[in-house]
Amino acid sequence: MSIFSQISEKPWLESVDNIINMRPSNAFHVPTPIVGLRILLAAMTVLFVLTAISYADHMRLPNWRPLPDPFLLWLNTLILITSSVALQWARSAARHGDLGAVKKVFFAGGVLAIAFLLGQFLVSQQLVDMGYYASSNSANAFFYLITGLHALHLTGGMVAWGRTITKLLRGFSASQIALSVELCAIYWHFLLFVWLGLFTLMVST
Amino acid sequence: MAHVGDTQAGNIPLAEVPDVELYHPKSWITKYVFSQDAKVIAIQYSCTAIAIGLVGLVLSWLMRLQLGFPDTFSFIEASDYYQYVTMHGMIMVIYLLTALFLGGFGNYLIPLMVGARDMVFPYVNMLSYWVYLIAVIVLTASFFVPGGPTGAGWTLYPPQAILSGTPGQEWGIILMLVSLILFIIGFTMGGLNYVVTVLQARARGMTLMRLPLTIWGIFVATILALLAFPALFVACVMMLLDRVLGTSFFMPDIVEIGEQLAYTGGSPILFQHLFWFFGHPEVYIVALPAFGIVSDLISVHARKSIFGYRMMVWAIIAIGGLSFIVWAHHMYVSGMNPYFGFFFATTTLIIAVPTALKLYNWVLTLWKGNIHFTIPMLFCIAFIVTFLNGGITGLFLGNVAVDVPLSDTMFVVAHFHMVMGVAPIFVVFGAIYHWFPLMSGRMLNEGMGKFHFWVTFVGAYLIYFPMHYLGFVGVPRRYYEVGETSFIPDSAADLNAFITVMVLIVGFAQVVFIFNIIRSLIKGKLAERNPWNATTLEWQTAEFPPGHGNFGDLPVVYRWAYEFSLPGVKDDFIPQNLAPNLINMADDDDSVDEQVAE
Ligand code: HEM
Ligand SMILES: [Cu+2]
Repeated sequence: MSIFSQISEKPWLESVDNIINMRPSNAFHVPTPIVGLRILLAAMTVLFVLTAISYADHMRLPNWRPLPDPFLLWLNTLILITSSVALQWARSAARHGDLGAVKKVFFAGGVLAIAFLLGQFLVSQQLVDMGYYASSNSANAFFYLITGLHALHLTGGMVAWGRTITKLLRGFSASQIALSVELCAIYWHFLLFVWLGLFTLMVST
Repeated sequence: MAHVGDTQAGNIPLAEVPDVELYHPKSWITKYVFSQDAKVIAIQYSCTAIAIGLVGLVLSWLMRLQLGFPDTFSFIEASDYYQYVTMHGMIMVIYLLTALFLGGFGNYLIPLMVGARDMVFPYVNMLSYWVYLIAVIVLTASFFVPGGPTGAGWTLYPPQAILSGTPGQEWGIILMLVSLILFIIGFTMGGLNYVVTVLQARARGMTLMRLPLTIWGIFVATILALLAFPALFVACVMMLLDRVLGTSFFMPDIVEIGEQLAYTGGSPILFQHLFWFFGHPEVYIVALPAFGIVSDLISVHARKSIFGYRMMVWAIIAIGGLSFIVWAHHMYVSGMNPYFGFFFATTTLIIAVPTALKLYNWVLTLWKGNIHFTIPMLFCIAFIVTFLNGGITGLFLGNVAVDVPLSDTMFVVAHFHMVMGVAPIFVVFGAIYHWFPLMSGRMLNEGMGKFHFWVTFVGAYLIYFPMHYLGFVGVPRRYYEVGETSFIPDSAADLNAFITVMVLIVGFAQVVFIFNIIRSLIKGKLAERNPWNATTLEWQTAEFPPGHGNFGDLPVVYRWAYEFSLPGVKDDFIPQNLAPNLINMADDDDSVDEQVAE
């Protein structure tokens, strides 16, 4: 039942028959952790959207001096995309019970994510070396804020990744870890989209 | 009453879902300290919130002493006063009310009222409390650092919040921002639990439209909080960077004590937008749980079903949605485009529609009800009048032309204390009197309760009513001392002294209340299983007070929570989980089976 038909019920009229026909638990047909993750992502969306709006707001100000887009940033973006693809691969492999494939690609996805984080760190090092300090212009400050927030969220995801890896090492079956892999994949895709959005915003301006 | 006589339905098989695997504490520490049981977490949240709330209360006494009797207390200096104002406001709004309604009542009531054994992510729920506790400790620490806590006002407006001249510029503001960031992280962990538990862990038969309104209020408030706190989060992070790294997110080119600072090109208004994008929904984060709880308490203590249940649910949702598009009514004096002002004034007035609807429905629920003037009921009635009162001054302040002259006067202080200070606190009190028996197995003392109610209720009006007048004559808000002016009459000082005396009397009543709680915990009258004859599931647990896991077999829910005073039924209420064939009909002790046979 959609949420809209659910909240248009008239509880004072309803007869008991409804309960008999009702599913044993009247939860929504989605595993609980995924519902939790979606709600978390909604909150994070607000966070990143507001950051982007603040960025756009600052762009209009007279002091705004955009910074260069280091080549490495493009490379990092590519790495993050492959990382996401790898997790998606792991996700479908887990669904098909192919534990061997899950182990390889899931691990690779995480390593790529670590590579991305290192790459982002290098980019900021480069920029600092070139004299783009956070305190000298808002454009710089926003660059570090945005990449920092994004990297922190990805680091949080790495915790979930690490826990799933330990499960894999302890010999859980494909069906036992399918949900964990799926959660990681969804989170990764979300952060990829966030990054693509923010990246477009930053290079286009 | 088709459903009462339906005999077949009496034997609904128990839920076929495998019961959730429940976490079992192994030692005293995991049972009472690092507990994952939502009820223990709820008590931890409540005690911490009330403890820090008492600090906020004492700060309000100090402020009032200064305002009532200026030049008398040499230990209160102007900078101290600003620090009291700031810490008082922030503590009351965030660390007391938000934490108490959602972390306290949310944790305690959600699993019990939806018929679940616990929250869906108990471990995360436990973390939520500990992060909250750290946030409170960081906040408290700011009283002891050099320079003391920040005195920037609870709105923390830059640029002044991080410039010298504002008390607490050294450490206070940093600790405040860090504490808020921690609070938000902790809250998000808890909030996920509250929302997902309502969505996913309801007992069999507990459709969304059978949820008690308490749960609806807490549920929607939590969604608001999850979507609004990120705004405060980015704002705090950016301001922290401005203060610590010297970035200029919010800091314009500015001269401080004759010296040009390195800040350049930031936007202070941006902070105001972010702050109030959180700040206005925050009002409803506090108000919606109060709305929900009041609806349930009124219904139980007037033995009548709530009037317009569906409307009430929709009004909660509508208010929640609208509360995201009114934020700039806090910024009328910031120099905004008049068309913006017009837009935000309009949305502000629209939000009054669902709110008024709720008020009518409460009154209609009371209408011809069998009203029991228990203490929870008294507090509910007090809430209704007070919220109405504060809501009406809110309509005035929502209009740009009226707000501009009243902005930053005592009128505003009176308004927001009525609507989000006093009114929700009344609900907190009502809820404590109502659910204390459930939590402790003992009743609170009536006599002391009556004393507490009357002194607090009458006192609150004696405190805040005069403040409206002070605002009219132009007494400004956040002033240490008014001094000589050409427009404020001398009598304002007398009124101020009077208010302060009232504050101290009301404060004494709160001491009585705390004493009542402690005394009743030890030797209060033992409570019956369901002392208020309520219909909701929290009174139907296996043990009383509810133990770990809450229920024996998970309950099956047959009806909504408002089946009171049904004609033809012996008791004047039917619990949500009572099978239809077990309902006792009047003038016949036998089961319904025979009734139908006749
Ligand atoms: C015994 C109860 C209370 C008393 C006597 C009291 C008194 C005061 C006073 C004297 C001020 C400062 C006015 C000024 O100089 O501008 C103030 C500010 C404030 N109070 Fe309360 N208050 C009480 C309870 C509450 C509660 C329950 C809340 C929860 C919402 C609250 C929220 C605030 C806020 C947000 C401010 C504004 C702080 C600022 O201007 O930065 N107060 N209160
Ligand atoms: Cu508002």
